[in-house]
Amino acid sequence: MSDTGRPRHPGTGSGLVLEQLSVGYRDSGRNWVPVLRQVTAEARRGELTVLLGPNGAGKSTLVRTVCGLAPPLSGHCYLDGVDLARMSDSERSRSLAVVLTERGVPGLVRARELVALGRHPHTGLTGRLNAHDHRRIAWALAAVGASDLAERRVGELSDGERQRVFTARALAQEPSALLLDEPTAFLDITGRVAVTSLLRQLAEGQHLAVVVCTHDLELALRVADMVWLVSRGQLRSGTPEELSLSGEIGAVFDGDDLVFDTDSGTFRPHGSPEQRRSAVVSGTEPAAAMTARALRRVGWHVPGPDEPAPPWPALDVHVGRHRFHSTHAGSPHEHATLGEFTRWARGLARERSTS
Amino acid sequence: MTHTVDGGVGMHQAAPPLPRPRARMPVPARLGALSAATASLLALALVLGSTPIPLVEVGHALFGTGPVSAQTHTIVWEVRLPRAVTALAAGSALGLAGLQMQTLLRNPLAEPYILGVSSGASLGVAIVVLASGSGSAAFTAGLAGGGRAGTVLAAAMGAASVLALMLLLARWTQSVATLLIIGVMVGSGVSALVSVLVASADPRQVQQFVMWGMGSFSGPTWPDLAWLLPILGVGSLASLALVKPLNAMLLGDTYARTMGVNVRVVRWLVLFVASGLAGTVTAFCGPVAFLGLAIPHLTRIALTTADHRILMPACVVMGGAVALLCGTVASLPGTAAVLPLNSVTALVGAPIVITVLLRGRANTHGGAL
Repeated sequence: MSDTGRPRHPGTGSGLVLEQLSVGYRDSGRNWVPVLRQVTAEARRGELTVLLGPNGAGKSTLVRTVCGLAPPLSGHCYLDGVDLARMSDSERSRSLAVVLTERGVPGLVRARELVALGRHPHTGLTGRLNAHDHRRIAWALAAVGASDLAERRVGELSDGERQRVFTARALAQEPSALLLDEPTAFLDITGRVAVTSLLRQLAEGQHLAVVVCTHDLELALRVADMVWLVSRGQLRSGTPEELSLSGEIGAVFDGDDLVFDTDSGTFRPHGSPEQRRSAVVSGTEPAAAMTARALRRVGWHVPGPDEPAPPWPALDVHVGRHRFHSTHAGSPHEHATLGEFTRWARGLARERSTS
Repeated sequence: MTHTVDGGVGMHQAAPPLPRPRARMPVPARLGALSAATASLLALALVLGSTPIPLVEVGHALFGTGPVSAQTHTIVWEVRLPRAVTALAAGSALGLAGLQMQTLLRNPLAEPYILGVSSGASLGVAIVVLASGSGSAAFTAGLAGGGRAGTVLAAAMGAASVLALMLLLARWTQSVATLLIIGVMVGSGVSALVSVLVASADPRQVQQFVMWGMGSFSGPTWPDLAWLLPILGVGSLASLALVKPLNAMLLGDTYARTMGVNVRVVRWLVLFVASGLAGTVTAFCGPVAFLGLAIPHLTRIALTTADHRILMPACVVMGGAVALLCGTVASLPGTAAVLPLNSVTALVGAPIVITVLLRGRANTHGGAL
């Protein structure tokens, strides 16, 4: 995806283009409250674009507007060069498909029937499915790895399986852009990784513009081709690395306790390395790496392999086969389990920060 | 440490084997079986009554294939056939209307009367039967003779008024939940007006009104059916045209909109068609309780699907069958007595639905809807 020289004119761009788009919602007094003002961004085909932002920043409103569920307050939203606002509902449904957070399904519906509903924009007056429709349904189920779920009732499926079936329903619409609202909510870590990598495959393999709205910052930054970062009525777009480097992700997400660590692309407890005491860890892997991670979590600065080791670490840990040996303030300590050691190290870190 | 790991692995190994999918009878076969059952019930409805008539004689009377007494001919043609045809048509219409309302309102307790249509019909009839009769002898015909047309017309106009009000209110509300609550409120308000009329009316007329409220398939005659059948026919055809958008709405309004469905128009049409069907039945048969709620559930369970392309025609057949059964039971075969239809629909229908819901697959999947 190195075609950065592609003109950004909406008439020729492929994928989803927001141009000077303002979105908002209608309050109880039926007045429009703007949430995002004049945002411009692009989600290209073949790329996974992640829409990030704190709660209430306007992610959902933006998704609703792009889906045509709410009108834009001003500006345009183009899909493959065509203004979405000028499309009819049925035209839009043939080029843009959505996976929403609502997953209520009548108990009797089977996975294949749910996916078949995605053919709705393509079928005739009676909704009768022809051979092509059946092929697309089978293809959509296969694309999300849910072929073996086809005859199961949707109500019987796990959250992760249901998410895949709903994604297949959207694919069955044969869209050129796919929008997903919080697809990894309610999923365990395995499910989150599976769904995210599936979306990446779909973007690349099917040449779709995939836009995912999520809270899952760390995972998103690892897999996103492009990030739309929404906060305070604005949208900044860039690659995850660009936005990390410019400090914009940190500016949006840093809290009182956690800060975004540009190097690792993850969050760590507050405080600069200088303010925190350093620890060095040696010993057998992978226990040593886990020990270092535990220490970082409880507030120690543990330099990574590329960083210079601190000359006078406050805590020196050696991880043995079954014991954790450490030296703190000149005296040796020994712990039998990582849990015991971590609690002890947290106590030390707290002592320091309160003194 | 090792202990935990072992426990974890053990848990995975203990995963129960997946239940093997039960062999399913294909949908056309089930529809065929259902239709055969309906035909048998139709024959039964013609055979059974205050005096049983052998099936052969019924055949002779219907098709003129043999000699029958004039009395038998009259019973079959003027009593039992109109009653059976009315039951078939009313049951089908209520089943169709109930199915659409349950899908539209996404509520398994929804039924055709939930938005107050039957209350409207009751008010219309109450005004004609109770109010016009009070203090004068003008109302003597009651529900008999010329009064019957008046009752049908009054019920139809009452139902239509409430329906018009609901359609108007539906334009201002986005949420079907709000619409449901408004419908229940309107129904309560209209029922309250009926109570006021009942409280101040002559007991004999109240008795007539109460009888109307119990529902009956015996009322309509051939001239009535000449109106009832075409209206229900048009309503049923209109229902079939709503199959596709109703399927899209299984996932909720928002998904339906992203699939290109004009949800506001579809909602309006469903309200109009379903309430129109139910209102028409009510005008001719009185408010027939329970069928509109039960038939869609029975149909879903019989065909184990939520697809309206199958459910719509199946509801027509199932509705006809259940209504025929209830109508035949209500006529108390072999006796001269008659049970109130609404008592039968509830007494016969409720245990069936409860049994099927508790024992059927639907129970394990969070209800049939």
